[in-house]
Amino acid sequence: MNWINWLNTFFTAPARQSGPDSIAHRVGEHLVLSGQGLLYAAVLAIPLGLLIGYTGRGAVAVTALTGVARALPTLGLVTLAVLIAGVGDTAILLPLVALAAPPLLVATVEGIRGTDPELRDAALGTGLTHRQVLFQVCLPLALPALLAGLRTAAVQVIATATVAAYVGLGGLGRYVIDGLATRDFAATLGGALLVVLLAVATQLLFAVLIRYALPRGVRAQRAAAVETGRSS
Amino acid sequence: MDGEPLVRWYWIGDHLAYLRDLTLDHAVIALVPVLIALLIAVPLGLACVRFPRLYHPLSAVFNVVYALPSLAVFVVLIPYTGLATRATVMVPLTFYALAVLLPTTVDGLRSVPDSVRQAATAMGYGPWHRLSAVELPAAVPYLVAGLRVAAVSSISLAAVGALIGRGGLGYLFIDGFQRTFPTPIVSGIVLVAALALVTDLLLVLARRLLAPWAVRAGAAR
Repeated sequence: MNWINWLNTFFTAPARQSGPDSIAHRVGEHLVLSGQGLLYAAVLAIPLGLLIGYTGRGAVAVTALTGVARALPTLGLVTLAVLIAGVGDTAILLPLVALAAPPLLVATVEGIRGTDPELRDAALGTGLTHRQVLFQVCLPLALPALLAGLRTAAVQVIATATVAAYVGLGGLGRYVIDGLATRDFAATLGGALLVVLLAVATQLLFAVLIRYALPRGVRAQRAAAVETGRSS
Repeated sequence: MDGEPLVRWYWIGDHLAYLRDLTLDHAVIALVPVLIALLIAVPLGLACVRFPRLYHPLSAVFNVVYALPSLAVFVVLIPYTGLATRATVMVPLTFYALAVLLPTTVDGLRSVPDSVRQAATAMGYGPWHRLSAVELPAAVPYLVAGLRVAAVSSISLAAVGALIGRGGLGYLFIDGFQRTFPTPIVSGIVLVAALALVTDLLLVLARRLLAPWAVRAGAAR
């Protein structure tokens, strides 16, 4: 069999068209799981990053924390979380957030710290409060870095959600893991291809966001992407 | 997992040799790709600096490659490199490392100010001598910064290879999960993190030796 046969077998099977193992359902599961992980990571990391970036306190701790988080193996965290908490959303959200929050935190901190101190002083001098300087001056300027961090986190979350199928969760990783277990190589390859498509689509979405969702004055400057590495 | 403690120390004591072998296997699977990527990144980076038109499409391609989930890439390679072989895990890891190392190499090579370059030429340095005595040394702090990210990432990514049958320490996660026995999982996490930490420290040490002037290498990033 070759690629075309494999993919044809996978995509035309009746089980892929409707029901719990259909492509639409699995894509939906994957998106919900990844979206939840990204949302919780953002809620945790962005406000903390704004605070640390603006005050400059704890920036060293953030660097150290990211180094440790980068070294943690996804599969180990996922299996351990499930053994401790049982299969379920809570068990899986913990590793998802633990792996997605650090790159986002670093990007936010670096983005805010990277703003020109003279701009801040000028803004303070014109009578803006610290809160106003943070939200009206620093945050817009840090937006490219923040979006770059969100993109890294999204990529990480989608990859981790794929691995999470191993412990019995839904999503596109199901096809890959079940296919490997039952020697159904068509399903494994089809699932992998769908994951790749989803990852590329996410990258494109963020490219469009970075291109169009930024304030005009900010768009001109290049996002100084902070490379933080991947673990799945 | 009722009543089962997180770590049963006797298991670790009984399996020391086994854990050592897995760690060595893991180090080879994860770090050889980083070395290969370094050997590719330096000439490729030089080419990109010399022909800037090459750099833009290349970095776009590597950006996309870098975003691909590792499990999916391993699986796509199985028809070519085989199930549970080292190559199936090492080939994608090489590309991930290259995606990190190429931009850092290019940044490093470009970090030499024009005035310095011209001064070197004025002192009679030919292109090769200038490259080996000025441009490459200037790129070392950048290269090491890239290597740190690439190596640590590679070490934690390699564990995912266990899902297709070849992941060094990653096997401990599968083993522990299947037996509902957390000790191997905890040992695996600790050993992966320790391997990453030791590698990171060695790279920092290498930078101190190779580029003692770059005290604040954080500034290189």
